[in-house]
This record gives sequence, C-alpha cells and structure tokens, in this order.
Amino acid sequence: MKISVIITLKKDVLDPQGKVIQQTLNGMGFDHINEVRQGKYFEIDTKETDYKEAKNQVEEMCKKLLANLVIENYKIIDTQ
Amino acid sequence: MKSSVITFPGSNCDRDMDVALKKFGFQNKMVWHNDIDLPKSDLVVLPGGFSYGDYLRCGSMASKSKIMKSVINFANSGGMVMGICNGFQILVETGMLPGVLLRNKYLEFICKNVFVKIKNKQNIFFKNIDNEILELHIAHNEGNFFCTNDQLKEINDNEQIAINYCNENGKIEDQFNPNGSIENIAGILNKKKNVLGMMPHPERMIDKYLSGEDGSLFFNNLINNIK
Repeated sequence: MKISVIITLKKDVLDPQGKVIQQTLNGMGFDHINEVRQGKYFEIDTKETDYKEAKNQVEEMCKKLLANLVIENYKIIDTQ
Repeated sequence: MKSSVITFPGSNCDRDMDVALKKFGFQNKMVWHNDIDLPKSDLVVLPGGFSYGDYLRCGSMASKSKIMKSVINFANSGGMVMGICNGFQILVETGMLPGVLLRNKYLEFICKNVFVKIKNKQNIFFKNIDNEILELHIAHNEGNFFCTNDQLKEINDNEQIAINYCNENGKIEDQFNPNGSIENIAGILNKKKNVLGMMPHPERMIDKYLSGEDGSLFFNNLINNIK
C-alpha cells in the first residue's frame, strides 16, 4: 500500500526559498502570485495491508522523524 | 577530566574538537554513532559537520542514531553535553534543546568570524570566564534560530540564552545578526543548564598563529569549571 505525505512550513515560519522562487516567477512574468511556500512530498510504500493501521504508522513517522512540529505541519493525503 | 566526541557519518569537525579538548587537558575518546554505550565521560560533545548529508532536516537523522539514546540518558542524569554547529542542530532535533535552526535568512552559507556576547554566566560552561565578548568562527547554512513565542518566553524566563551575536563592543543589534536568528541567539542552554548548543566553533580559535585565541579562553575555563 502506498501512502503519501506532504510537509509544509507553518504559516508564521519564514520561507526564504519560497520567497526567492516567487521573485523568480515574478521576473518570468508570472506577476499575479500572492505567495509561494516550498514543502516536501513523501511516498511511503508499506507492507501493512490494513489501511487504518498503515495510516497510523505513517502518522507516527511524521511525528517522530518526517516533520519537525515546531515549524512544520504534515498532511497524509492519499493511499493506493 | 574525560570527554567523548561522537562521530556521525558526515561529521567533519570531530577531529578538530579532539585536538582542542586534548590541548586543554581532557582525556578524549572518539565514539562512533553506531555504538550503544558511552565511555565514562565528564563531557560529551556533538561536533560540527554535515551528518547524513543534512538530508531531510539538518541533524534529524543523527538525532535518531543508536548512541543518542545514551547521550540523552547521560544528559537527563545531569551529564554535560555540548553541541557545536551541526551538534546544536542535532540537540534541537532530539528535543534536548528548544527551537529549531532554519536556513539562513539570506540563503547564504556563512563562513566568517563573529563576535558573541555571553549572556548567561550562571552555568558550568561559561562561569568564571573573564571576557564578556568572544570572537569565534561560524560556518553554516542553517543557523537561523527559530522557536515559537511560547518557547521564546520560556527560554527568556529560564535564562536559557547562552550567547548572542553582537559587534566587537558587545552591541546586540539586527545589523550584527549574521543569519536571522531570533533575538540574535547564537547559543542556548537547556533548563537544567547542563546542555549547551551553539553555532560558533570555539575549536577553530585555539591557536594564536592560525586564528585567534578566544576558543582557548573557552576551553581553559571549561576544564577548570569541570575539575
């Protein structure tokens, strides 16, 4: 079973990389952008077959390693 | 006095730290990250470098390595732990110190000498040191100390700020903040004041012909405090 996770920076945390990407996009002519925030995407292929259990495990992974909850939020977005 | 320096895959200041500790009288042992037990130590040092290639977040993988369980137990029982640069990043990732170290504000890798002002001398790392201001070296890409407002209040209430970036006269202002750290924070302590994390490298300032000697002041004072 594959589970995907998106990690994003919390709203109040400065994202200098997102800002530079936004400035570059502006320079390329994409000038209607309010803000760009950069995040991370993970695809986890697990041997677990029970959906609920797999999701719980991925949630634990997010809390313990994948995200730093001081600055980041995680979202488990889909399973296949 | 016995010390241990932990080497992670990608550490690159571990041997400099070994040289510095031995120069000032520590009997130092190098400890591999995959070991389970710490040798008997008065001080454990997590050195600078790029553990695990800074993958995921700086220090995040190293904070889960086998030896870290022993380091955490050692600190919880009152042992002295010091993390320099990547070591500081590892300490915040374990939760032993509050906050995180973000990418530098202007996205530059910074490698230069800076001045820091010692804010708290009521701890074993800095007590009895004569100087108020030290000139030390920094070299990092992720040294921008950040924490939540609640954490910042707690850090201030408990007097956990160890050193702040300043100018040569000790002025702590925005213009002397190299990386965007909240309140110019360059190093912090835990609540019990037995764990120190700081971005500057004292081990790079121990030779008057090569660098400066403010790191020597730090290590000399440190071993006298521990004796």
